[in-house]
Amino acid sequence: MTSALPLPPTTPRVPAGPTTAQRADVIVIGAGALGAACAYFAARAGLSVLIVERGQIASGTTSACEGNLLVSDKEAGHELDLSLYSQRVWREDLAEFQRLWEFESKGGLVVARTETSAANLRDLAVRQRDAGIQVTDVAAEEISGFEPNINPELRGAAFYPQDAQLQPILMAAHLIRLARTLSPTSLLTNTEVTGLIREGDRVTGVRTSRGDYSGGAVINAAGPWASTIAQMADVSVPVLPRRGFVLVTEPLPKTVFHKVYAGEYVAATLSSDGGLQTSPVIEGTPAGTVLIGSSRERVGFDRTSSLPVLRQMAREAADLFPVLRKKKIMRFYAGFRPYCPDHLPVLGHDSRAPGLWHAGGHEGAGIGLSAGSAKLLIQSMVGERPDLDITPFTPDRFAENSYADR
Amino acid sequence: MVGPMSETTDLLVVGAGPAGLAAAVTAADHGLRVMLVDAGPQPGGQYWRHPDERYPVADESAGHHGWKVLTKLRDRLRVHRGAGHIDYRPGTQVWFIEAPKTESSPWYVYTTASVEAQPDHVPTGSVRAMRIVLCPGGYDRQLPVPGWDLPGVMAAGGVQALLKGSRTLAGRRAVVAGTGPFLLPVAVGLAEAGAEVVAICEAGNLTGWAKNVTGAVQVPSKGVEGAEYAKALVKHRIPYKTSTAVTRIDGDGQVQSAVLTALDRRGRPRSGSERAVEVDLVAFGWGFTPSMELVQAVGAETRIGSDESLIAVVDDMQRSTASRVYIAGEATGVGGAMMAVAEGELAGLGAAGDNGSSIDGARVRKLRGIIRRSAAFAQAMHHAHPVPARWTDWLTEDTLVCRCEEVTYAQVCHARDDLSADEARSVKILARPGMGWCQGRVCGFACAKIAAANEDRDLSPDDLARMSKRSLATPVSLEDLADLTLE
Ligand SMILES: Cc1cc2nc3c(=O)[nH]c(=O)nc-3n(C[C@H](O)[C@H](O)[C@H](O)COP(=O)(O)OP(=O)(O)OC[C@H]3O[C@@H](n4cnc5c(N)ncnc54)[C@H](O)[C@@H]3O)c2cc1C
Ligand SMILES: Cc1cc2nc3c(=O)[nH]c(=O)nc-3n(C[C@H](O)[C@H](O)[C@H](O)COP(=O)(O)OP(=O)(O)OC[C@H]3O[C@@H](n4cnc5c(N)ncnc54)[C@H](O)[C@@H]3O)c2cc1C
Repeated sequence: MTSALPLPPTTPRVPAGPTTAQRADVIVIGAGALGAACAYFAARAGLSVLIVERGQIASGTTSACEGNLLVSDKEAGHELDLSLYSQRVWREDLAEFQRLWEFESKGGLVVARTETSAANLRDLAVRQRDAGIQVTDVAAEEISGFEPNINPELRGAAFYPQDAQLQPILMAAHLIRLARTLSPTSLLTNTEVTGLIREGDRVTGVRTSRGDYSGGAVINAAGPWASTIAQMADVSVPVLPRRGFVLVTEPLPKTVFHKVYAGEYVAATLSSDGGLQTSPVIEGTPAGTVLIGSSRERVGFDRTSSLPVLRQMAREAADLFPVLRKKKIMRFYAGFRPYCPDHLPVLGHDSRAPGLWHAGGHEGAGIGLSAGSAKLLIQSMVGERPDLDITPFTPDRFAENSYADR
Repeated sequence: MVGPMSETTDLLVVGAGPAGLAAAVTAADHGLRVMLVDAGPQPGGQYWRHPDERYPVADESAGHHGWKVLTKLRDRLRVHRGAGHIDYRPGTQVWFIEAPKTESSPWYVYTTASVEAQPDHVPTGSVRAMRIVLCPGGYDRQLPVPGWDLPGVMAAGGVQALLKGSRTLAGRRAVVAGTGPFLLPVAVGLAEAGAEVVAICEAGNLTGWAKNVTGAVQVPSKGVEGAEYAKALVKHRIPYKTSTAVTRIDGDGQVQSAVLTALDRRGRPRSGSERAVEVDLVAFGWGFTPSMELVQAVGAETRIGSDESLIAVVDDMQRSTASRVYIAGEATGVGGAMMAVAEGELAGLGAAGDNGSSIDGARVRKLRGIIRRSAAFAQAMHHAHPVPARWTDWLTEDTLVCRCEEVTYAQVCHARDDLSADEARSVKILARPGMGWCQGRVCGFACAKIAAANEDRDLSPDDLARMSKRSLATPVSLEDLADLTLE
């Protein structure tokens, strides 16, 4: 790694206009969950960090999600391994900061509407137990003990004590603040990366709307916009946006106690269908509001509100929690999950463009997976052996031929 | 609560205040089929709020200016309703607007019963309209001050609404504070209804402006009003204190006293000048905040007005930058009721003309003249009544900035200074001001100012737009959404 640099430890703001070239060990593109977590673990490893963000901290998908750390929606496989690892990072490495981002280990309740889906849930639970997930079967008559306000006609459920929730915006902002306390770390907001600096194949820095910056390594943490950054290095990283809406209720006395969702949600998260999918995902927040998800559609970066989708979500929520029918919806928001066609994150060094690293493509799980992903990426960057093998997530899995060759 | 989709109407007017009434009757005069929706229970909007028309009172116009203008508009509305030209729906609130899919297809506007809906009101379901005139008005701008969460602290407009709408006094001993000429009618209204008004605290120093309240000359009717108010202040012995602000409010469960502090030339509270007065009511108005949620919902371009409010950009026929949407009244800049009437009429003419009716060019020119003069007057007024540059000096760490979510000034500063939130939206998503019941209507301006203060910069349209953009113009119940009729 290159040596330390002239960046002052805390320069929250840089005056507008061209700035002279500066260096950092690591340049992180994007201040979402992934960018913030990478900055934190890089700083913890003693690297100097420059974060370049087009908007503000968490102004991308990280402020338009629900903040769950889920194991319940995973089947055995690489993503589950990463998820369980990330759980450990949240609960152990970052234990002392949990309060800063309202970490709450509330548990998840997956419910079934029909006998068939109840049977499916039980089967899934068996497989998940084998894979190391803690899960208990919940009989129909026990459900109200978990959720007194839930539709009484459900046929069965499964409870996942490991499922947790945090406030993702606070998480990103505090991780960046903490990074500053560990190593020279700068954040440039309202600054867009417009190109990458190359020396031969190597990526050696970024061109931005405020001038050029060079870095020993450049991490692409641009969320659903990651493919654009990759293209700047003439490589393909096929991350695409998958739109989701969330409805927010008025603040209520505690009404929903766990993360509650219908069994069909697991199928929806694993699906590659481009059309609209909805399934009810409901939970309370410490602020008293209830968040109502979920929808999935591939419509590019279209922000236009879609009443048919919102209505569908409202119907499913009203069905699962009839008490919510008379409650007011105060607002809703749309976010773009960054997803890869093979539903695996993109994590690690890009040998097609040496010096460029990717941390993204976590689809609907990027908050939960951010801490683990970032820690593994930085381990690999500083030449340590990662705690978990990240080769299944390597960007090198994508087509060898670059955009330039086409 | 949600009915089926209506027939396509030529024009939907939102808001039945001065601007909306003028727009609706003007368009109907020109042969357009008009739907007029308004959250309020009867025509008049905020300015001409008056007792329930179903129980007539002899002095309906008490406390009102331009009452004749209202009664004329109201009569024309009645005629047009009788003839089936205007479908008027009080108690109806717009919560969502969908843009036309093509150049020739209608806007879709979704409505629900408002909190003020009466049992005999029939809210529409959703409305299909070829054109829209938005006249959503505005409300008093507020600034946080220690103790403003005590019962007995009210918006000046709220005090006036109680007086005008239900003839109710909000307190017995009051101080009216903030900035701008609209503090006068509120103080006089209170005094005439029998309250003791201890003082009007005007934060502006009014230099460069006529020193006294009679000086408004460019718009003759304004001058007359000013003179009337000056007389009333004398009659009721209401002290008018310039360069003075209420900087703290104390009380045990209810307002008991207010601290008046002199402001220096730079708008800083002058230490040592504090004086406590015993009151049970504090009415605040720091100018106005136009209601911008519908303007933003149609995607119309906005800018910062001369009073630092976010306002809509319109052309010389009140056309916004959104196709087939016209905007009039407070939402294009705060200028008082008569300016709103002129803008509303011009918008009605604009919509009629664009719809193919022939309109009177001389009238258009006349209206433009009225609007131009009123706007110049309003601008001078705004410059004479700025929000004090250093109002944050009177905040303490634990002053609530957002009363809904109980977010303190210290928490907002923590988000800004420690968590790198240098824009209002970041402050909002990190510290939660503006996330509660009112969705930032009350604290939006203050939060934007505090966020911008960090870099010592002026407010940008983005700062305010992000605090006032709302995915839903008003909260809607989950069942309204679930039971929605869509085409
Ligand atoms: C409705 C919904 C619900 C969700 N719920 C959950 C959940 O419960 N749990 C969970 O774990 N995940 C959830 N997710 C997914 C999660 O939000 C994402 O996986 C995660 O936020 C992605 O973080 P990121 O840092 O990769 O991307 P982002 O947060 O989008 O950050 C990328 C950043 O890069 C910046 N950027 C982009 N291009 C440039 C450029 N050229 N120059 C500079 N900066 C640039 C952007 O401005 C942005 O701030 C949900 C997503 C949605 C949409
Ligand atoms: C305390 C106070 C004192 C004032 N004193 C004076 C004065 O002395 N002289 C003067 O000239 N002016 C005065 N004004 C200003 C005057 O009230 C305004 O200039 C005038 O009311 C603006 O008219 P408008 O039609 O734009 O809006 P409004 O009168 O505010 O009417 C807007 C209407 O739109 C409705 N509406 C808003 N949103 C929606 C929605 N989503 N769906 C359905 N309906 C909606 C509202 O319910 C309201 O009925 C005063 C205002 C206040 C608050």
